[in-house]
Amino acid sequence: MSFRDSTWVALFAAVALGCGGGDGDAGSSDGGGDAGSDAPAAAPAVDPAIAATVSGTVSFTGTAPAGTAIDMSEEPACAEKHTTTPMIQPVRVGDGGGLGDVFVYVKEGLGDMTFPTPAAAAVLDQNGCEYAPHVVGVMAGQDLNIRNSDPVLHNINTQPEINRGFNVSQPRAGMESTRTFRDAEVMIPVKCDVHGWMNAYIGVTDNPYHAVSSADGSFTISGLPPGEYVIEAWHATLGVSTQTITVGDAETGTADFSFSEDMAGGPVPMGETVDLAHPAGHTAG
Amino acid sequence: MATMMAEPTGVPVRVEEHPQSFIRKYIFSTDHKIIGIQFLFTCLFFLLIGGLLAVMLRFQLGFPGATMPGGSLLPETMAPDGIILPEFYNSLVTMHGTFMVFFAVMPLLVGVYANYLIPVQIGTHDMAFPRLNMMSYWMFLVSGLIMLSSFWVIGGASASGWTQYAPLSASPEASGVSTGQILWIVSIAIFAFSSLLGSVNYITTIINQRAPGMTWLRLPLVIWTLFITAILGLLAIPVLTAALIMLLFDQTIGTTFFLPDTGGQPLLWQHLFWFFGHPEVYILILPGMGFVSEIIANGSRKPIFGYKSMVYAIIAIAGLGFIVWGHHMFQSGMNPALGMSFMITTLIIAVPSAIKVFNWMGTMWGGSIRFHTPFLFAVGFVMLFAIGGFSGIFMASSPVDIFIHDTYFIVAHIHYVLFGGSLFAIFGAIYYWFPKMFGRMINETAGKIHFFLTFVLFNLVFFPMHGLGMAGMMRRIYEPAQYEHLSGIQDTNTMVSWAAFGLFASGLYFMVLFFWSLFKGKPAPENPWEATTLEWTLPSPPMHGNWKELPTVYHGPYEYSHPDMEKDWLLQNERPDVVSPAHH
Amino acid sequence: MDWSFPINISTQGVGIDNMFWLIFWITGAAFLIVEVGVLWFLWKYRARDGHKARYTHGHLGAEIIWTTIPAVTMVALGIMSGQMWADIRSPSSFPENALTIGVSAKQFEWNVTYPGADRVLGNEDDFTIRNRFEFPVDEPVIVRLESEDVIHSFFIPEMRVKQDAVPGMTIPIWFEATQTGEFQIACAELCGLGHYRMRARVVVHEADAFNRWYDEHTGAAQVAAAD
Repeated sequence: MSFRDSTWVALFAAVALGCGGGDGDAGSSDGGGDAGSDAPAAAPAVDPAIAATVSGTVSFTGTAPAGTAIDMSEEPACAEKHTTTPMIQPVRVGDGGGLGDVFVYVKEGLGDMTFPTPAAAAVLDQNGCEYAPHVVGVMAGQDLNIRNSDPVLHNINTQPEINRGFNVSQPRAGMESTRTFRDAEVMIPVKCDVHGWMNAYIGVTDNPYHAVSSADGSFTISGLPPGEYVIEAWHATLGVSTQTITVGDAETGTADFSFSEDMAGGPVPMGETVDLAHPAGHTAG
Repeated sequence: MATMMAEPTGVPVRVEEHPQSFIRKYIFSTDHKIIGIQFLFTCLFFLLIGGLLAVMLRFQLGFPGATMPGGSLLPETMAPDGIILPEFYNSLVTMHGTFMVFFAVMPLLVGVYANYLIPVQIGTHDMAFPRLNMMSYWMFLVSGLIMLSSFWVIGGASASGWTQYAPLSASPEASGVSTGQILWIVSIAIFAFSSLLGSVNYITTIINQRAPGMTWLRLPLVIWTLFITAILGLLAIPVLTAALIMLLFDQTIGTTFFLPDTGGQPLLWQHLFWFFGHPEVYILILPGMGFVSEIIANGSRKPIFGYKSMVYAIIAIAGLGFIVWGHHMFQSGMNPALGMSFMITTLIIAVPSAIKVFNWMGTMWGGSIRFHTPFLFAVGFVMLFAIGGFSGIFMASSPVDIFIHDTYFIVAHIHYVLFGGSLFAIFGAIYYWFPKMFGRMINETAGKIHFFLTFVLFNLVFFPMHGLGMAGMMRRIYEPAQYEHLSGIQDTNTMVSWAAFGLFASGLYFMVLFFWSLFKGKPAPENPWEATTLEWTLPSPPMHGNWKELPTVYHGPYEYSHPDMEKDWLLQNERPDVVSPAHH
Repeated sequence: MDWSFPINISTQGVGIDNMFWLIFWITGAAFLIVEVGVLWFLWKYRARDGHKARYTHGHLGAEIIWTTIPAVTMVALGIMSGQMWADIRSPSSFPENALTIGVSAKQFEWNVTYPGADRVLGNEDDFTIRNRFEFPVDEPVIVRLESEDVIHSFFIPEMRVKQDAVPGMTIPIWFEATQTGEFQIACAELCGLGHYRMRARVVVHEADAFNRWYDEHTGAAQVAAAD
């Protein structure tokens, strides 16, 4: 073999090996993992004929703390979407004393049952430099569709304790990112580091039975198998309240929750695993 | 210098005559020439990667928010629908710098040419430690592949800049990058070890294995620069390695060397990094200065002007290079009194560089210049490196640095030095030694086309960046128009980006020319440039072991155009009775 | 195309700009000598039949000249720059009784803390405003710079001021504006994905306008946004 032939060889030894590194483990770039998507086919479907419903109202007693005005002058594109001064409103009380933005979910009682992941994605929008909704629930493995409706940079910085967090940016209007969380976790704080006033919470459960109270405080969780459940209501500044409820075949049970100003400043659970369906060892953070 | 002047002994090395297996000869080779060629191919690959990253980041700056052609091939975490995300942009900036500095320019200068040239220019059979040499290459390859792989891990590649300022580099919460950051540290740590193995080898070889008669002041300037570079590496790289290990611990096991919450100090990283980083800058330029000295003397057909002052300038640069690191930190919060002393040393280090530029001009003065492609690149080096040197003076003045620090002015400066300087020298070296390495010529016309394209496009890309810096455009920003004072610079950025695409295309043209010449170039004679140093006495390419019988050196390295001689060059091993040794 | 400095509105900026242009003219002259010299040599000493290169190894006098001239120039520039640097940054250069304002950087905002009615920073009546930095013209201002997370760099181009904000350190700088108007703080040190738009409004007021603005804020409870 002549020396010039060695050129070929060295070329392939060095460069071809170099190229080999290029196609490593492409594709594993999703921040949230995808374990939820292989939900067991044998999941017990709840017979619609016997499916129960839990509904109720979350109310607030006392004086809600005054909100803080947000100076949005640095983002004219956001400011012009607001007809009134945008406020940071940690406790949103509706006309009838209902408390909005409360995450209500089945904490115990489903045992080892597993459920198919909802096909439809939950949506977290960023509009007018605010999150909409402020609190959103998803099932583990369910798609969370994050959208930017503002022509400014937002970053969605999630800070879970159990799941793998992500921090993704959306520099332009109309951008969308889809992420999933693998494990149940109540709650996951979300913030935008560009706009310090923006925050939201994501509740991740092992089952599709969760709701967020609307502005008047009402919520509905439907399609439940009949049984006895511990229902928890979670609020970002007021903490949690739980109650036990039993619903029979095709029944609608009522679970009303009440929060008061005295609860402000108390403990607010964050980043906790939920549902006894999980083996105890799964909580590793 | 008395001990350094001792007569070299020319350690006899067994020349292996027996045939070697294919793998031993070409893959796990211990032949310094094969290792040099392995480095060359690998570095050209990484150079291409670095260039590609530059094209992507220039696309974002030229056309902010537009859909990058082909960008939809990238994962959604980098560029959803082909629109580059800010976090990916930060990775692009970081990895462009990393690949260019650590995996292209530095190993092209040192890995390729220290390996290839030291034994053939000083007249010996091989490196002092051939197996360490082989290990050095393979560690380099591994480190580069680790770095490349970090693009595909969750969170993407490191996004804290090639300078890796802590705490951004030490805290995954702040940068959004965890695995990629760890891979960066591990990769550079392996790279550092590879460089150390190289340095030890080069220093030992140059000290111990010079051919009979090859005294210190008869060494080609390439060898001088590579020798001093190896010493710089030996002293500076361990500091980087230590800093990297501390950073890795901060990342992984919860130490807080650079995290302030529990007593760490972010500025410590900067001091350690730049204590390595500034000598590193000279590692990145000194060998280029050596190549250029060689090529300019050859093209001008004259002995190098002021050989001794060139050597002293190299040594002065190396010495001063260790006490100027603070000029990267004038605005860092370091004690302002320190800024004063670093400013003085920094301004003084400009002097040896100026001496070298004037000596190159002195070499051309009165010459009989042959405009071969390597010479064009060497002249390009002188013209562009000078600009990089001048722009450095602005930043050396600490009050002026207040404004231009961290702006595109420094981006212009570093590219005039590392591209206009180092990379032009590397191109010159590739054209100059290609016939020796591969036994074939690169077509001169094709090479000159490459030179003119590169020279013109380079200036179109980087000269306007001085203006962008003066306008206040900060480094590493994804979309300058977000700031009011930068609302008027988009035209310039778009023009610069078009020129950058052209520059990348001229690089591709070079790659094609390089590989085409490898197989189709005209066969090269022994001494195509009619040069004087020892490698040109060997066949092209030289055989394994280089010499059957070691040459004896009779005079200095650049005996061109001696008045007593018919031909205008005198090889270092040609007998002095042909011509009296006029050298010193 | 905008290839030159933004307007200068600070007392320190005059010297900085002058120093820049001084270096520009010195290096510009050297640039011409080198580039024109090289091109001229290339043409003049191109290989021609019957011409042989001059055989020389150097010239001591030339070496001395081109070592001394750059060395003297550099030392002179160093002395001048050093004096200016001391006037801007040395602790003794800081004016006494200047209005002192705290600026704390975090990803990706600037929180500006003003002293309260007592005009002393660091006690309870201080108030903090996000992304708004307001101060009076023709009066020295000291900024005490801090960072909550990573390194940022406080850059107001028109004020010719730039200083890294380092977590764990409080770094004082001072400056004095000579013109009123609205400007921006820019971040000049890579700090994460929002680095490219980490900006804050700078308002330089006339003295009495500043006092009115100030009284409004010290009187009432504070607008705060992000903690």
